[in-house]
Amino acid sequence: MTQMTYIGAIGAAQREALTADERVVVIGEDVEANVYGTTGASRQRAEEGDFVQMFGKNRVRNTPISEEVIAGAAIGAAMTGLRPIVDLSYSSFLYLAMDQFVNQAAKSRYMFGGQASIPVVFRSAMFYSLNAGAHHADRPYPMFMNVPGLKVITPASPADAKGLLLSAVESDDPVLCFEAVPLWGTKEEVSEEEYRIPFGVARTVREGGDVTIVAISGSVMDAVAAADELAEEGISAEVIDPRTLVPLDSEAIVKSVEKTGRLVIAEPAHRTCGAAAEISAIVAEEAIHALRGPILRVTAPDMQIPFSPVLESLLYPTKEKILDAVRRVCGEAPQEKRSGEPKAYADAKDAPQ
Amino acid sequence: MALSDEFLLEMHRRMVRIRLFDERASKMVKRGHIPGTVHTSIGQEAQVVGACMALEDDDYMTGNHRSHGHPIGKGSPLGPLMAELVGKATGICKGKGGSLHLADFSVGSLGESGIVGSSIPIATGAGLSSQVLGNKRVSLAFFGDGAANQGCLYEALNLAGAWKLPVVYLCENNQYALSTPAHTVTSGRIADRAAGFGIPGVRVENGQDVLAVYEAVSEAVRRARAGEGPSLLEVVTYRYREHSEGLRINVDYRDEAERETWLSQDPITLFGRVLVERGVATADEVDALEKEIAEEVEESVRFTNESPYPEAEVAFEDLYTDPHTSEVVR
Repeated sequence: MTQMTYIGAIGAAQREALTADERVVVIGEDVEANVYGTTGASRQRAEEGDFVQMFGKNRVRNTPISEEVIAGAAIGAAMTGLRPIVDLSYSSFLYLAMDQFVNQAAKSRYMFGGQASIPVVFRSAMFYSLNAGAHHADRPYPMFMNVPGLKVITPASPADAKGLLLSAVESDDPVLCFEAVPLWGTKEEVSEEEYRIPFGVARTVREGGDVTIVAISGSVMDAVAAADELAEEGISAEVIDPRTLVPLDSEAIVKSVEKTGRLVIAEPAHRTCGAAAEISAIVAEEAIHALRGPILRVTAPDMQIPFSPVLESLLYPTKEKILDAVRRVCGEAPQEKRSGEPKAYADAKDAPQ
Repeated sequence: MALSDEFLLEMHRRMVRIRLFDERASKMVKRGHIPGTVHTSIGQEAQVVGACMALEDDDYMTGNHRSHGHPIGKGSPLGPLMAELVGKATGICKGKGGSLHLADFSVGSLGESGIVGSSIPIATGAGLSSQVLGNKRVSLAFFGDGAANQGCLYEALNLAGAWKLPVVYLCENNQYALSTPAHTVTSGRIADRAAGFGIPGVRVENGQDVLAVYEAVSEAVRRARAGEGPSLLEVVTYRYREHSEGLRINVDYRDEAERETWLSQDPITLFGRVLVERGVATADEVDALEKEIAEEVEESVRFTNESPYPEAEVAFEDLYTDPHTSEVVR
């Protein structure tokens, strides 16, 4: 085990993948210079750990700023024998290649009757909460959840970042990996051994019996902080990180809600048709009998992201907003939780955004 | 260029296959036997076959919505293609692609795209894999004059030029994007655009001559295989039929004299004469070859008619390779 940052864990996963399989290539804007810190441990070419030096420019390549052809070429290369990892840097840039994601990556296998397999990973980072302005602060993963044929993953810890990325490289399907920049500097013990985290298996970050908090991507750390504070108030919160949104471990979520009877979902994406909306619908369909209060979503509002730090910080889920939502669904006296009184329904219209 | 008699006969065979297959498909659309819409390559056979036969069997090719000619040109058998047009279980794509999305990976056909220009980056990526893996395969991207104005072509030419990828970009300039004459929406000549990327740009004016196309594409393929990078070819050809079968357009956007001129340059008639002149075959032998292909097309229709429609389960398969993910909520 060693202490790794989130970004360091992604670099470690890419190095392991390149070492293990010669069909793996890393392409993207500025990957040769390790600008984003995932393609080499050092600034000095001569020192060990530089990807270009280790694997050569045939396999680690700078691309032009041409998202559509980068995405399309990676798809074509994946169809014909490579396993590309594509670094598309900012998630907002995915829109430039929307045709390739939706019409080619997602549909080719299906419409060709299974003749194609497309083992490609598209990595991109969500630079929100960094005063980057509206063109760089997107959190677009829900849009891609709406496209059958793509897999969508949102690692929320260094250990998950490494294990999920390695599973993504080994998947024969196109995988979009959304990384949260607010998590880049977080550190934890990560195994230096090769390990994989399977898709479709949620992580129960914290167990609890009074309320389930499903948290996604950068909201996981806020949910854990909220759960710590709630414990002091006598509310036992279970925090679940789905880790992969397609496939989604709905079973783990439903089971948890059946145990706790309450659900709060926190995610940094916009409210309408977000992952939280989908999870709410699943729970409403499969576990409404267990609900003792309304499902509350803590999301960004349907608003573009302003530049000013004072304005931007208002928009994302925070520990405080999650606390507020949990207190609402639990009612004022959590010890009465088994009384069967759905007290929180009355407050639902005032639910925090 | 010394091409064997057998090679020349195979060129003719493939052109006739495309013509008769598409004529048959057109009839089947009119009778309601083929659902949806069909875009034929009738009139463009020389350009398709000349290009495909400049490739090796394991080279890659991508195409567009005018989708039947390309895999036939690459050597795909007709039965599964015809069954696909009807939506039968034995279709090359199990009935899930249809006319717009024919693909036959067994002959290097990586799929046709219903989105204009969208398959160009895919062929570019096949070139990348060939370069990284060092397997010397070339990939060819077919696209029309309409797609020549899509931005992804220029992103692809730049990337392939910068990386010297083994890709041939072939514009089938049939002069109309649906009803829009190319010259009214296209600034300059398409082949000339290659100059901006520092790669060869070749315009093949006599695109109804299969040997002229073959020669130009062969040189581009040679360069690609030798590691000298991509080429852009513009082949001037003509679409005899409407953009798609059954499409009625009220404005007479094509000149009658123009149509007559191109009909008098029919690629199959022209090449039949070449075969006779060169002593490759007698006129009777050319006729016999065409009858043989007609029977092959009828056989593909019989195969289609005898084939079952897909089981309902098939609609829920092939989205992912991973069965866990394929458990779709219905």
